Amino acid sequence: MDEYVLIMRHEDGSKIASPEQMQIWMKQTMDWIGGISAQNKFVNGTGLPFNDARVVRKTSSGKVVTNGPFGDIKETIGGFITVRADSVQEAVEFAKGCPVLQGEGNTVEVRKIAKRDSVH
Amino acid sequence: MNQEELIPHLFRTEFRKITAVLCKLFGIDHIEIAEDIASATFLSALETWTYKGIPENPTAWLYAVAKNKAINYLNRNHLFNNKIIKEVKQAASEVQEIDIDLSDENIKDSQLQMLFAICHPSISTEAQIGLSLRILCGFGIEEIANALLSNKETINKRLFRAKEKLRQEKIKIEFPNETEINKRLETVLTTLYLLFNEGYYSESKDAVLREDLCLEAMRLTKLLIENEQTNQPAVNAMLSLMCFQSSRFEARKNKNGEMILYEDQDEKLWNAELISKGVYFLHKAAHGNRLSKYHIEASIAYWYTIKNDTKEKWENILQLFNQLLQIEYSPIAALNRTYALSKANGKQEAIAEAEKLKLTNNHFYFTLLGELYRDIDNNTAKENFQKALILAKTQTDKQTIQKKIDNL
Repeated sequence: MDEYVLIMRHEDGSKIASPEQMQIWMKQTMDWIGGISAQNKFVNGTGLPFNDARVVRKTSSGKVVTNGPFGDIKETIGGFITVRADSVQEAVEFAKGCPVLQGEGNTVEVRKIAKRDSVH
Repeated sequence: MNQEELIPHLFRTEFRKITAVLCKLFGIDHIEIAEDIASATFLSALETWTYKGIPENPTAWLYAVAKNKAINYLNRNHLFNNKIIKEVKQAASEVQEIDIDLSDENIKDSQLQMLFAICHPSISTEAQIGLSLRILCGFGIEEIANALLSNKETINKRLFRAKEKLRQEKIKIEFPNETEINKRLETVLTTLYLLFNEGYYSESKDAVLREDLCLEAMRLTKLLIENEQTNQPAVNAMLSLMCFQSSRFEARKNKNGEMILYEDQDEKLWNAELISKGVYFLHKAAHGNRLSKYHIEASIAYWYTIKNDTKEKWENILQLFNQLLQIEYSPIAALNRTYALSKANGKQEAIAEAEKLKLTNNHFYFTLLGELYRDIDNNTAKENFQKALILAKTQTDKQTIQKKIDNL
């Protein structure tokens, strides 16, 4: 069985949701993760809060640190979870249930984790 | 209390204390000798008290006799003279002066240290439970066999091998040092948790014995709480869980020993004192920065002490199971989570989630599916209950499932 990371991307992180809306999303996310855990397919995962976020960028005048991830780029990563799956198709099925996809333009990227013990 | 009641009662409370103190004194190599001396002490009581009557202070009498027997043994035995005495003598110049300390404090210390010695990762969990019951709870071999649904021979063998292993590994009867204590405490908690569950979920017909098992597990957990170093949030959380669970003892079996399901229980029979104790220890558990599975399980058990079906209750239970499963997956938690999901989010969603679990060798799985399909598709519900009936092993489970089919 392989491990896949599901990366949740928000189209526009600067939009501010109401506390009530946040609470609904939180429950949906917890239920989604709970459903994957109940199949014994959850490995780990975390949300990525916006406070204490920085972006380090290389420019001609050196490395510039900005309060990120807002600013030039709109798209932000809201969090990720790692799951166990027999195939990329199974991992995709998990991704389809992700509540983030309710937001227009949001995506979940499915990526296989490189095995540390594989022969290179 | 007359003598017929008094001796078994004292055996239950004092045998384990004498054994723990003597084990601590003699070392892990000589557990049997400690057990033998403790047994011989009770035999003396039986013989003497029958003729001379019960002494004024029976416990003090037992301690005095145990001390004498231990000193006599130390004096007589060559092995002891050669090996143990050397060590013990460092503290006392004459064997007669060896202090066999049966004070409350030393009893507690010895029991705690024995608990850590017995719950050593080098022996199997089954053996840890057996040894705990024998040495720390003073259970007879036959009682252990009954409680664990085994036979005397198997238990004897298991205990013998476990003691052998502890000897080989040269386990010291001592309190683990600070760096090791958390790791070792984890094993101790697992053993106490299983000991409790063994009593709570046991199929043994002996209701008193089952309850005793749970009470002993709680007593040992309390020992950990009374000790500063082991009075940790996870330990308090586990005791809280045990209090909540055992509050339903009276309500969960009928007069014939048949299981009464949670929904059908008379909550007036729930033990309010144990519930409030559970709340107390759950509060005490709520500090530190580590959320153990015992914290989550105790919180779930707390919500189960509220009988009314409210949206809030089931939403909380669902979120707690979501968390629990992330920390530690178990099929039973997955099934309970799905049941909570049906209560919080509705049956349709729960059916879709249940179908993904694929726990097809588990009768609880089909019982759950049957429950979820009830009133939605009674034919499918029946099919699932029938599959559950085939997989169920115990008479109690079969009866419960049959009732569900009859009620459709």
